[in-house]
Formats: sequence, structure tokens, C-alpha cells
Amino acid sequence: MSIARRTAIAGVGATPYYKRGRSAPQTLPELVGKAVIAAAEDAGLAIEDIDGFASYSGGFDTPYLMETLGIPEVRFTSILTGSGGGSAGAVGLASAAIVAGLAEVIVVVGGVQQGVQRFGSVTQSYESQPENAWYESAGLIGPGHMFALLARRHMHRYGTTREHFAEVAISTRLNALNHPDALMRKPMTPNDYFAAPMIADPLCLFDFCMESDGAIAVIVTSAERARDLKRKPVVVHGCTQGGEAGWGRSLYWFNMPEDQFLTSGHRSVARDLWRQSGLTPQDIDVAQIYDHFTPMVIAQLEDYGFCARGEGGPFVASGAIRFDGGSLPVNTDGGQLSGGYIWGMSHIREAVAQIRGDAVNQVTGAKFALVTGGPSSIPMSGLVLGE
Amino acid sequence: MSAIAKSPADDLFSLAQDRWTKPYWDAAREHRLTVPRCAACGRFRMPPTPFCPHCRSQAIDWPTLSGRGTIFSYTIVTRAIVPAMEGCIPYVPALIDLDDAPGARLTTSIVDAPVDAVRIDAPVKAVFVERGDGVVVPRFTLA
Repeated sequence: MSIARRTAIAGVGATPYYKRGRSAPQTLPELVGKAVIAAAEDAGLAIEDIDGFASYSGGFDTPYLMETLGIPEVRFTSILTGSGGGSAGAVGLASAAIVAGLAEVIVVVGGVQQGVQRFGSVTQSYESQPENAWYESAGLIGPGHMFALLARRHMHRYGTTREHFAEVAISTRLNALNHPDALMRKPMTPNDYFAAPMIADPLCLFDFCMESDGAIAVIVTSAERARDLKRKPVVVHGCTQGGEAGWGRSLYWFNMPEDQFLTSGHRSVARDLWRQSGLTPQDIDVAQIYDHFTPMVIAQLEDYGFCARGEGGPFVASGAIRFDGGSLPVNTDGGQLSGGYIWGMSHIREAVAQIRGDAVNQVTGAKFALVTGGPSSIPMSGLVLGE
Repeated sequence: MSAIAKSPADDLFSLAQDRWTKPYWDAAREHRLTVPRCAACGRFRMPPTPFCPHCRSQAIDWPTLSGRGTIFSYTIVTRAIVPAMEGCIPYVPALIDLDDAPGARLTTSIVDAPVDAVRIDAPVKAVFVERGDGVVVPRFTLA
């Protein structure tokens, strides 16, 4: 039994994306509720039809959402362990429940509000833990400090350069320029990139995603039921999650053997995704790659097999990920680097738009879209959406 | 003249310990570097955890190490993202492969070295930085 091609995304709803803190005085559950209502409306379903929740990164309080939205009953409510690495995988969690007959209409929702605690210094909000004393005492305050350590080794081993990181930032910004939802719509030149302040060498300001607020929900149901609903069904061709022990707690322990240190942690997830979906990297027309930090886009392109190991830098430098003329347009809505950081959910939203054929930067004839979640601590996750 | 790598500010970190991690910090107070080695199969691991991931044994030795190693990776933190960082820029978080504890990589920082001289594979040696609260943090400087 497989979940491949058994379920579909029937609706998508989103709040606007806000710069960090600007969504106040709305509350986070309010943003989440708005996204859920919009997703149901988009699908042509009543809120009362929702009978399940699937989430990640701690998720949200299902009973509170039932209480305020008037959802009469749920039959499935689950959360993937880990953090942003589970965003794409939450769709697979919903699909598994639907294929197993546990529920019929499952909302996958993600949202973030950074008015009080910025993600950029998120470790300062964690209570000290014995196993974390090493990264804490090293001064690794934000994810950017940690990902800089991965990036530096990739540069050392493979000859990856800051010019390669710049190409990820610039190509993503180009996609944001004309996107009405994107937060960063000023052009970025190579000069702009190299003039930006260095934050954790080799990462400068433009290698970091934004800190923003917002919520996005998608509705997953059986492929059969989705065919009777309002919108063109966007079929889940495959969805996998997990990771190898060597990747483990990733940035919080850093003891990966070198061959895994140089990856994005997605290696086994990608292998399983191609196996489950019966597809190959050559089948993918457009990719929404989790872009919290530019070097991790490069490492994921390698892990998913779009180029050889260590060739991610030259691959992006060739123009391959550009919307205009690239063989694999990446993050066509401006991604998390320039569009909005909604903890991976904007990647699912944009992949749905590409398969429906109504994306702002529409890849002509896009049949298959890849979505990834993470890298972070296990799980990472991958998702292929298609017609 | 290149800036000298500082120690991350005391305020950025308060030590929490459990029975598995305490011997590391106790040794540091005596200016000794140690990491756990499985007493059954002899393999090192870091951070210290209750079971050997190779053989599941809970028996541990804490050998005193030479303090010598090489830089596996590093970053130069040049901008304060929280106020407590303001007095300690630049600092250099680093991952150190230890010469006499293969398989255990230490997350720590480089101190008292010109930041421009820090390189992957550079040899380093442990130094012991004493904090105001009595905690001693093993850090590394260029050998």
C-alpha cells in the first residue's frame, strides 16, 4: 500500500505575509483561523466538513481551533516531531490518515508570529539543557550561526563560493519582484549582495531568510473526493519524511560523519521520495526548496539529485534555477528569502499554484512540482505535487 | 591587523548538567579536557548520552585528552543579534576534531587568535576559560 496518488490538495488559504511583528494585534490562532477559513472556501467545502488536523513544529491547539471555528468533530489530529523540516511532510501525514480511512478532510496548517521571539535568536528562548551546553557555550545563538558552519565546510570540500550563494539570493529576489504577496520587491544586484553586512561569515544578511508573520493552510482529501470539488485537484504523487541517524540533531550536536555533514540531511528522504512516487529529478518542472539559508538550497539540489554531489554551486551559477530560462525554476514566489517566511508553508502554496496553472511566475506546462521542508533536526521532508 | 577572536559573553549561556554530562564540566574545572569513551567497545561519542550508539553499553570512561585537535569548520560572528553579544564581537564558533578521540567532534569556539588566521584543518589546542559563575569552558586557540 502506498499513499502515492491517493490524495490531493483541494484548497489553499493564506493570510497576507507581514514583516516581523506587523501582524499585531491579530493573534497567532487568529491568523491560523483566517488561513483555515480561506482554505475551506477555496476548496468549496464547509468548515464543518473538516475532520482532521495534521501539523509540524509543535502545531496548534486543535480543540481551541475547533472551539473558535465551530468544527463539530475531529477524527485525526497529529503533529510531526521536529521543526520546520516537517512542513512538506505534514501533507504526507494527512495523506496517510486519509488513505487509512481515519479521516476525510484534513487541514495542514502552519503559521508564525515573531513579535515577541525572533527566530533569528531562537535558541535564547530555549531553557538550558545538558545536551545543548556545547552549542550554547560556543555562542551559536541563531540558526544562521549554525548553518554557517555547514556552509563553510561545503566551500572547503567542494569549492562552493559566496558567488554561488549570491546567485541563490538574486534568482529568488527576481521571482519576488512582481509577486504581489512578496515582502522584498526591490531588485538585488551582485553589488548589493556583496555590500550587505556579514552576520556569521561566510553568511551575510542576504543569505538569511526573512523573519515574518503569517499563516497558510491547505486542505487534503482523497483524490476521488477532490475531483468533485471546486478547484482542480493537485495530486500528492509522493511524500516522505525522516532522516539518517548521522544527521541526527543536526545543528544541535554537529557530530555528523563528514559525508552527511556536507548534505542537507535530505539524502534518505529524497531516495524514498523518488522510489515512492516512481518519478525522477528529470520529471520535476519546478521546485520549491526550503530556503532559510542560501547554502542549504544548494545542498538540497544535490541531495535530490538535480546535480552531482558537490556540484550545487556550479549548477546554480549556470542559471539553472532561474525562472527565466532555467531548467529547474526554484522558489518562483520569492521563497523565504524574499517572499515571506511562513515556516515552509509558502512552498506548498506556490507548488499548488504552479500545478493549477495560476502562479504569478507560471512555469509553462508545469506537471510536477517538488516541495521540501528543512534542513533541520530530523525529520526532513519532501513532497511531489502534480496533476 | 586582524581582530582577535573573543569568548562569547557569559550571559549567553548558563550551564545545565545531568549525570551524563557532568564529568566533562568537572574535568574542565581542573583544566582537563575529556570526552566519553564507551568502556565496552572503546568508541568515543559527543555530547555525552546514556547509551553507546554502537553497542548500547552504559559503561563510560573519561580519559584525559591532550587537548590537541584540528578545525573541522568555523564561522566568524561579526554582528550582535541580541544585546548580550555586543561586547564580544567578533567571536568564532568552531567544530574541533580531537586528535586522541576519533569520532567525537566538539562544538566550541576559537579564542585569542587573529580571526583572519583561522582556517579549516588548522591545528588547535585547548585553553580553559573561567567564567564569573565558576563554570570553566574548554575553548581552543591556534596551536
